[in-house]
Amino acid sequence: MAKIKLDNIRHSYFPNPKSDDDFALKRVHFDWEDGGAYALLGPSGCGKTTLLNIISGLLIPSHGKLQFDGQDVTRLSPKDRNIAQVFQFPVIYDTMTVYDNLAFPLRNRGVNEAKIDAKVREIAAMLEIEDMLSKKAAGLSPDNKQKISLGRGLVREDVNVIMFDEPLTVIDPHLKWKLRSKLKELHQQVKTTMIYVTHDQTEALTFADQVVVMNFGQVLQVGTPQALFDCPEHTFVGHFIGSPGMNVLPAQVKDGQVWVAGQAVEVSSSLESLPEGKLEIGVRPEYVRISDTGVEATVRNLMDVGRHKVLETLVGDIKVHVVLGENQQVSSDRVHLQFEPANTRLYADGWLVDLQHEFEEV
Amino acid sequence: MKTENPRAWFLVLPVILLVAFNALIPLMTVVNYSVQETFGNNVFFWQGVDWFEQILHSERFHAALGRQFLFTGIILAIEIPLGVAIALAMPRKGIWVPVCLILMALPLLIPWNVVGAMWNIFTLPDIGLMGYGLNNWLGIEYDMTQSPLAAWVTIVVMDVWHWTSLVVLLAYAGLVSIPDAYYQAAEIDGASKWSVFRFIQLPKMKQVLTIAVLLRFMDSFMIYTEPFVLTGGGPGNSTTLLSIDLVKVALGQFDLGPAAAMSLIYFAITLLVSWIFYTIMTKESKE
Repeated sequence: MAKIKLDNIRHSYFPNPKSDDDFALKRVHFDWEDGGAYALLGPSGCGKTTLLNIISGLLIPSHGKLQFDGQDVTRLSPKDRNIAQVFQFPVIYDTMTVYDNLAFPLRNRGVNEAKIDAKVREIAAMLEIEDMLSKKAAGLSPDNKQKISLGRGLVREDVNVIMFDEPLTVIDPHLKWKLRSKLKELHQQVKTTMIYVTHDQTEALTFADQVVVMNFGQVLQVGTPQALFDCPEHTFVGHFIGSPGMNVLPAQVKDGQVWVAGQAVEVSSSLESLPEGKLEIGVRPEYVRISDTGVEATVRNLMDVGRHKVLETLVGDIKVHVVLGENQQVSSDRVHLQFEPANTRLYADGWLVDLQHEFEEV
Repeated sequence: MKTENPRAWFLVLPVILLVAFNALIPLMTVVNYSVQETFGNNVFFWQGVDWFEQILHSERFHAALGRQFLFTGIILAIEIPLGVAIALAMPRKGIWVPVCLILMALPLLIPWNVVGAMWNIFTLPDIGLMGYGLNNWLGIEYDMTQSPLAAWVTIVVMDVWHWTSLVVLLAYAGLVSIPDAYYQAAEIDGASKWSVFRFIQLPKMKQVLTIAVLLRFMDSFMIYTEPFVLTGGGPGNSTTLLSIDLVKVALGQFDLGPAAAMSLIYFAITLLVSWIFYTIMTKESKE
């Protein structure tokens, strides 16, 4: 097990990257604490698989260093890094039995058979696949195959990190939940650092203690699911996490006040020393209230999502969602919206204005 | 729930008719010949299974059959491993892929008799590049019209040159269908190159290799044109393979009855061996 340090990692798939746009990973500077359960969350093409492959050693970054416990491993092969990875589609050795599949990484490393046997049985018990050990791996269901590819990671002692690259893609919906809670349980048992890559926020938020949200080739925010929900540091985080996501409205600052659609709005952010850039306010639908005064909006649609109702309104041509209270009714087509000041924040060029983020220093 | 509709049979009727005309009826004609004797003028005498007995006890047939199995065995033993090895060495990505594929496909596009004629000239000791080169530059005495060994080496090399590409292309198709994740997982698991071949590449190629073995078996077992053009079955009878012998009996001696019996036996052997290959090679995946 190890603490993993990403030291100014940049990666481009082009031989001579010119602008920032040529980089699949613009700049990632981040520490993964030993034994943590992390989720790497972001939409397709945001750079998360690139980052994962850099950590596993399948890819060498064009810039920056990777350290495991202070040791530079940037150029080590995947084998020497002692990591494990579970892929999107289950990778199993078809011709081998389940037992041989699990024993394979140990046999390759020359471990003696008695030790292998003990370890394989221990892991099989952990994954609840003991009854399948003598079966051919090819005939198993996708969820069991995925368990075996996970098991091949678990059998090795002192694995630095186990990485999951969207491991539930091919699993039936009713088994997804089961396998996910199994993963969580396993993490508590083995205490290995785990990094779980996904674009599904439910998967990320249920598995991880810390969620790393990525987009545009950079890390936007790292935090507990709660922190990501309460205080998104980037409008994308606010929008991507939560259902529906955070409302984002264009804003101006005039006379020490924030103005949205011609109405003064109170925000929690400080208005001193505002950075340059396009200003927006962000407020989650949960913190928008229907009121007699405030920002004017047109009602578009009312959606019943079970626990509560979501009202879709338009401010100008921008969609604003409002979570309605249990017995709240909306009678007219035109409503006024109030934003709870404590949970309304100001963003400049997407970034929370209160944040002194590192990217501008570069 | 009944989903069968007997009228569907009408849809396969054209195929049945086609197969009947190009396979079943000619085959039945052969069966007809094989149990009769004729001296021409469409006069036939019932002969029973005499021809079959005669062929099965004929030393000439045994010798041709032995040569045939030897030839096919050598061909398979060379072309399958060589084809797999070449496919493994071919690039998986990049601009060289189409170049390699075209180079590989070229021999397959040449008609059989042209291949025979090409190699005939190529091996001539006085003007052929190979024949002249071996004799004059390397000092190896080589004349395939004189030495049975030279004739055998030549037809084997010719077949390898002509048909290994087929195995290469099939094996390559199997190889490129393996997702990258398998190689990455193997790398992480610390697998050696041999393990990657043994546990990933070979199993994934198995199905196409089954087809390759079957195709190469059938084609080489029935080979006629190339050795006929190249050696004509000689020197002596040393390269008279089954099909060449069959044509000698049927058209050279015009013994229609024995030739028909021989073709049926030939056909039965081909079918039997193909079935054995297929059963063995697909047995494991059914378990």
